[in-house]
Parts: sequence; structure tokens; C-alpha cells
Amino acid sequence: MARDLLLRGGRIVDPSQNMDVVGDVLLRDGNVEACGASLGTPDGAEIVDCAGLIVTPGMIDVHVHMREPGREDVETIKSGAHSAAAGGFTAVCAMPNTRPVTDNQATVGFVKRQGEAAGFARVYPYGAISVGSKGETLAEMGEMISAGAVAFSDDGYPVSSSQLMRTALEYARTFGVPVAEHCEDMSLAHGGSMNESAVSARLGLKGIPNEAEEIYVIRDILLAKRTGGHIHMCHMSTKGSVELIRWGKERGVNVTAEVCSHHISLTDERVGQYDTNAKMNPPLRSAEDVEALQQGLADGTIDLLVTDHAPHHYDEKEREFADAPNGIVGLETALGVNCTWLLHRGVMSLSAMVDSMSCKPAKVFGLPGGTLRAGSLGDVTVFDPNRVWTVDPKQFKSKGRNTPYGGVQLTGQARYTVVGGRVVFAAT
Amino acid sequence: MNGPLGKDLLGLDELTADQIRLILDTAVPFKEVSERQIKKVPTLRGMTIVNLFFEASTRTRVSFEFAEKRLSADTVNVASSGSSVSKGETLVDTARNLEAMRIDMVVIRHPASGAARFLAERIDSNVINAGDGTHEHPTQALLDILTLRDRFGDLAGRRVCIVGDVLHSRVARSNIHGLRKLGAEVAVCGPRSLLPNAVEELGVQVFDRIEAAIEWAEALNILRLQLERMQAGYIPSLREYNRVFGVTSERLDKAPHDLLILHPGPMNRGVEIDSDVADGPHSVILHQVTNGVAVRMAVLYLLAGGRPDLADAAKGGAR
Amino acid sequence: MFFGTCDPFVVAYIARMSKPTTLLDARAMDRTLRRMADEIVELNGGTDDLVIVGIERRGVQLAERLVRLIEAQENVIVTRGALDITLYRDDLQTVGPRPVVGRTQLPLTLDGKRVVIVDDVLYTGRTIRAALDELADFGRPSRIALVVLVDRGGRELPIHADIVGRTVEVSPDQRVDVFISEVDERDAVILADRDAA
Repeated sequence: MARDLLLRGGRIVDPSQNMDVVGDVLLRDGNVEACGASLGTPDGAEIVDCAGLIVTPGMIDVHVHMREPGREDVETIKSGAHSAAAGGFTAVCAMPNTRPVTDNQATVGFVKRQGEAAGFARVYPYGAISVGSKGETLAEMGEMISAGAVAFSDDGYPVSSSQLMRTALEYARTFGVPVAEHCEDMSLAHGGSMNESAVSARLGLKGIPNEAEEIYVIRDILLAKRTGGHIHMCHMSTKGSVELIRWGKERGVNVTAEVCSHHISLTDERVGQYDTNAKMNPPLRSAEDVEALQQGLADGTIDLLVTDHAPHHYDEKEREFADAPNGIVGLETALGVNCTWLLHRGVMSLSAMVDSMSCKPAKVFGLPGGTLRAGSLGDVTVFDPNRVWTVDPKQFKSKGRNTPYGGVQLTGQARYTVVGGRVVFAAT
Repeated sequence: MNGPLGKDLLGLDELTADQIRLILDTAVPFKEVSERQIKKVPTLRGMTIVNLFFEASTRTRVSFEFAEKRLSADTVNVASSGSSVSKGETLVDTARNLEAMRIDMVVIRHPASGAARFLAERIDSNVINAGDGTHEHPTQALLDILTLRDRFGDLAGRRVCIVGDVLHSRVARSNIHGLRKLGAEVAVCGPRSLLPNAVEELGVQVFDRIEAAIEWAEALNILRLQLERMQAGYIPSLREYNRVFGVTSERLDKAPHDLLILHPGPMNRGVEIDSDVADGPHSVILHQVTNGVAVRMAVLYLLAGGRPDLADAAKGGAR
Repeated sequence: MFFGTCDPFVVAYIARMSKPTTLLDARAMDRTLRRMADEIVELNGGTDDLVIVGIERRGVQLAERLVRLIEAQENVIVTRGALDITLYRDDLQTVGPRPVVGRTQLPLTLDGKRVVIVDDVLYTGRTIRAALDELADFGRPSRIALVVLVDRGGRELPIHADIVGRTVEVSPDQRVDVFISEVDERDAVILADRDAA
């Protein structure tokens, strides 16, 4: 029997209960026992002083790449879950573009067990939509759900066949899980390595136009409208996508969407002189897109904040821009970036930001957590929104160092990450 | 401490107008060296230069090699076959190996945009960009601009149109930057599928019709149309390209004034340029080639030297 | 004294000066050039095959003056040349490139010619070393002579002028400035402290 844990004297912000009070959170047997103004101290409880800190339901990142199985040299589920905990996340959803692809119940079960063994943030596996994520044959979704899959995606690639996407939406609807799409018209984006803009014209890099994303956004909204399935839009990056999703939501389509912390904070100017740490897919876009994405988050068109945490070996990033792989790590910078660009600049309120990082991810993906209601999962994030720190990639718990925020000063940082009533990360 | 151009020559985007003028002015006396019976001066004696070509190139490599040899440098040509994505040694390993061999300068041609900068940031040797992907080809633009200046004098207010596949052209980008910095008016002309979407933001105007470009311009710089572009579907056919955008003597005859005709080569006669134009009285294409060696000598000279560690020892002994 | 000289116009400045001193004014310079022109003809036994080559920058103007004087005196046309030794300097690696490279203009070949190099000031001798190297790339003259307006001593190489306008012993912290009206709008040779502007 583990000791009780009392998070004492913090400002509790829990949008699921419209709660914003200074008080205590008591955790017992892995769950929330109680939360509210001064609860008193049970005998033998471990006490964490949270005075001056924000206490929220555990934050959930529904879009990360753990690289295991297949590229354990780049990241393991253990190092990735450690990185998540260090960034304040109590749970992550692991994308299935592993080697082999997580497209069967055995691999899903493996990912889930590795996550449990790691003992940091919870790891919920995605399953692939199609066998091998090849976009040809529907994968065994039912079996994968029984093994622990929470959603399906061929992330990294779009489902190019409209018929297959239609079937996936219909089939997944049977199980009540979302289908998450990587929106990219590959024939338009082909060979592109950054946003198509004046910057790409100057650098002589082939661009990826906004429309490569938007064409798939509208196609999938229309298919969801037709089928009643739940389409979830991964890593939205353009103003047009926000407008299309708004259009879909207004018509009652079961569409949800996420945006990455880098897409609400950086523009394609950050590519500078071919900095591969600013290369990801979708690419960093224009200031106009960044503003529209922030606005979309603020008005609820975009539901979730994610990282698209994508570690790469430094050798692979240390090369010519067009040949370098896409992706950046994000788990340990996301909270700071979101506080700096959204909270402190007045784009979102504290409770709205917590909603997008904790309550809504749980709701959209049907995950436990996302609330501090008595009896719910004992996952809690404690952070200091005003702590100023400078990103030093060498300090990352992730094996990846590929971040565009190296040396950047952020305001806001996780202090304690509590999973199942146990402190899995405490900032030093 | 570096010379007046800094450590490297990576592109004209990052040079000032004064630096560009300095290179052009320095190229003028170097032309004379190539006219001598003994076409060699000892300026870069003892310096080692590697010509690192990851892409097939005859004329640029030969031009650099002549420039290097006429300045008495020791040169080594390294040609690496295949594209950057082939499974060979990475560029960063190539860079480290070169560094370990204590070479003084690297001239690099590479199919990836930004490759010259990538190399320059990782080695102490001077790096000269001889063409990186679809980014820049500064020495080609400098020789184009020198050729224009030989005919026009000051380029301020002069009207130059770049014709053809601007989208994939490093020559076009470098020309646009360089010409604009010297005050010239620059336009581009070609099918919209071969122009960058945001081309106006590079500070140029666009002509959709070659006839209108010819009427406006005082000089045409006609880009080579890569035959792969047709295979990749950017244009329907070479025949149609010639019919719509080819620079022909019939079209030039209708111009209100004579135009200088430049082409960075190698030419596709009968596609982007007709033979009677290429060989005609207003063509300065061979003049460009001559200027190429002089410009490259000037760049090599201006990047050489300036070693702070040795400067103290030599203080006061200059003349 | 660095070395002896038979030149009759030796002036030795040993004490440090604070004020610039005029070594030659316009009239003195004119007289000196006339004498030098005569000596050039004398040295070469006439003007046959004579090529007078000035070193950029002021050597070129001095050469032109000397050529005109000889042409007027002898009623002949004398071949001229200009030499920019920048590309033959031995200090590129240490000092770095000069901002502007001048032009070299010489007859296509110097084979069998009697070449006279003209420069304004002879100091370390390194410029003349470079000039000799460059001339060698243009052929094989039958004789090369060196003519300078001022020899200030301080040689670092075994080089000696054949004809000198004025010999002055100058310490390393002083400098000799030659002004020529074609470039500087006056004729004068001034001795000044090195740090004086």
C-alpha cells in the first residue's frame, strides 16, 4: 500500500469542474481522493508543497513518436516517457510509424507493456489505419483496440485513397475511436522541404504549399460528414485548415483537430540559413497562419495542443536541408512554449490552455484522466507558469536534441509530474 | 580577421553592393593576365584548392581550374558521382576529411540548396559556392554582371530580363540579387509553372509574354531549359516552349532597340535560344566565358590570405 | 649608415623630427627628373630597344615624365609600360588582399629589350623583387635597370638602384611621401613621421 500524496497549497485549475481555487489535492491508491480548499493532512501522507504553483489534471500529448520498436538508438519508450514526464505530461499517445509498423495487436501490446514498464508517463498506443501504413488494406482495428490501441493513424503519410479513408471512418466508428489523419497531398508536396513562400523562393528550396494540407482537410471533413465517423486532424498548420474545420464544426461534423506548439510560435523565417532543426512536416508556415492557428485555439476550432515529438539521431539532422529528416523533439519544451506564446501573450486563459492540454485530449480520445474529480485517475501536473528558463537541449531526458528552441528563453516550466498518485518527475 | 569578402563566397544575397563592385573591379586587371603569353602569376603559390563537384559540370569546373592555375594554386579535383542522397560518405564527413588534409580553399558544387553554407560552417578553409541546388551560383552571376557592365558601364536603371526556368535556377537567383544591389531593374519571363510562386517578393517584375519582355529589356539573360523539366511535367513540350518563349531573331527584330543576349550555357539551340541569336551580333555569350575566368580569379584572390596569426610577424615589412 | 653611396646628394637625417620636411619642391623635382632622364639615355647608350616601365601607382607617372623628357631631348618615340606587382607580392597570406588591383600593360614580349623600371621610393626592395619576377614572365630583356626618385635605405633584399634622384637615410618610424601633380595636384617629396597623417 503506497503512501497518500498531498499536493498542498497550489492554485488548482481544473476546467472539467470549472475549478480555480487555491487548495490541496489528495491522492490515494493511484486515484484522486479529494481536491479543494484546505483538506488537512492525513497521517503518514507524503506532502508536496505547491504554494505559488499551478496544479492541473495531468497533461496529455496525443501525438508523439517513440521510435520503439525499430529505432531504439533514437528514442525508446522509456526515454520518451521520461521526457514526457519531465515536460509535465502524464500520458502520451504513441504514433504507429515504428519498425515494424504498429498495425497488429502484438505490436500494440508491446508498446503498451513497454510504457507500463517504463513507469513514467502513461503510453497509449495508436494503431495503424492500414496494414504497414501503406494505404491499401484496412488493419485489424478491433484486435488492436482489445490490445490497448486508443486511436488509428497512418501518420507520416496520408491515406491517399478516399475509399479507404471512408471505410476506416465507418469501421472505427463501430468502436467509437477517432481516425487521425496526416493531411498532405503527396503529389503537391512532393520533394518539398519547407513552406512554399518568399523564404523558400530565396533559399531555393522546394516548397510545400498550404493547399497540400487543406485539400485533405476538406476531403476528410466531407467523408466524416458522410459517414458520421470521427475524424481527427493531426498537426494543423494553415489558416485555411482552421477555416475548413470551423466550416465542418458549424455543420455538426464529428471533426476534432490538434496543433503543435511550434506551429503556434514559429514562422518559416526560423529556417534561417537552412537550419534542419526548423525542418518538420507540416512545415513552419507564415505569420498569418500562426495567428490564425492561435485564434483557432482560442475560439475552440482547434481542440488540442500537441508536440509531434519526433526525435532524430543528430547525424541524420546534420546534413543538407532537403535531405534531413522531418521532425523536432517537443515534450520538454511544449509547456514553456505554450505558456510563453499563448498564456503570457493573452491568446488563451490559463484554464483554456489547461483544457487544450489535458481535459480535451482525454475527452477527444476517450482516455481516463483529464480531471481531478474525486475517484478519477491520480494523474496531476504541477507547473510554474512564471518560471523563466533557457532551453538547453543537452539537459533533455529524450535521446533527441533536435529542437528549434535551443538557447531560447521560455517562461513556464513543469515542477512535478504525478502519475497514478506517484511523483514520477520532480524538477530540481 | 578575414578579407574584404569575409571567409566565404556563398551567394550574392549576403554581399553588399560595394563588395560586388570590388569583385567586378578586381576582375578587370585579371582579364589582362589571361592575355599574356605566360598566363600565370604567382599570387596563390603554395595554396591548395579542392574543387569538390557533387554534380556533373564541365564549364564551371574548367573555368575555376583555369582561374586557380593562373594564380599558381595547387588544385585537386574531386568528383563525387550521384546525388546527395546516395549512400556514400556524408557531406559532413567529407568536410572533416578535407579539413584534416589542411587545404586552403574549397570550391563546391552540390545538388542540395544550402550545401555550400553547410560546408562553410564546418571548416576553417575558405569556401566558394560553385552552385548549390536551386539556391545560388554567385560566380556565374558575377560574370554575367561583369559582362553587362563591360557594355553598359554603370548598371543603375538598366533593364535586364531573365528568361526561362527561374524556379529551378540558381543562376537566376544570384543574378536577381546582384543586379538589384547594383541598382538595375530586373524582370523575369517564362511560363508561370517555371517561376516561383512568390517571385515578385524577390523584387522583380514578371512578363508572361517574351515579346513584352523584349520590348522592355535592354539585355536578356536566357536560362538553359533543363530537359528533365519536361519529363517532370512543368511544360508540355520543348517544341511549344520554343514557340512561346524561345528567343528568336524574328522576335528580336521587332524590338525598338538592340538587346544584349546572355546565356550561362550550355545552350539548347532551338529550344530557349535560336542559333542565329546565339551566334548573332548582340550575343555576348563567349565574352561571358572569358569574364568567367577573370571573375573567379578575382574571387580567389580576394578570399585568400589575411591570416591574423602571421600578420604580426609581417608587420612593417610590406614594402 | 646602411651602405655607402657615390651619389653626390646624400643628406642624412639622424635626429627624430616632429615637423614634415620638404626634401624636394616642385622645381627641385623637375631638375632631378631632367638629370635622371639624361642618365637613363647615357646608361643605355641611347634609346634603341628602350622600354620604360613604371610601377603602379606613382612610378607610372614618373616614368611618363621621364619618357617625355627623353622623347623631347632625343626626338624619338620611347616604348612605355606599366607594372602592377600586386599579384607578385610575397605577403598576401599574411596581410591579405589589396582592395584594388591595378593593371599591368607591357609590350607582348620583352625579349632583347633594355628595360628601365621606374618607382617613386626604394625601401625594402620587395616591390622590385616582385617587379623583376613579373618582368621575367614577359620575356628575357637584355638588361633591366632600376630608377627611383628617392632611395630611403632600409633594404631587406640585395637590390640596388642604378639611377637615384635623391638618397636619404630615413629611420623606420619615418616615411617618404612623393606627390605628383597628375595624381596629387602638386609636385613634392616630403619626409614625415610615420604616425603623422
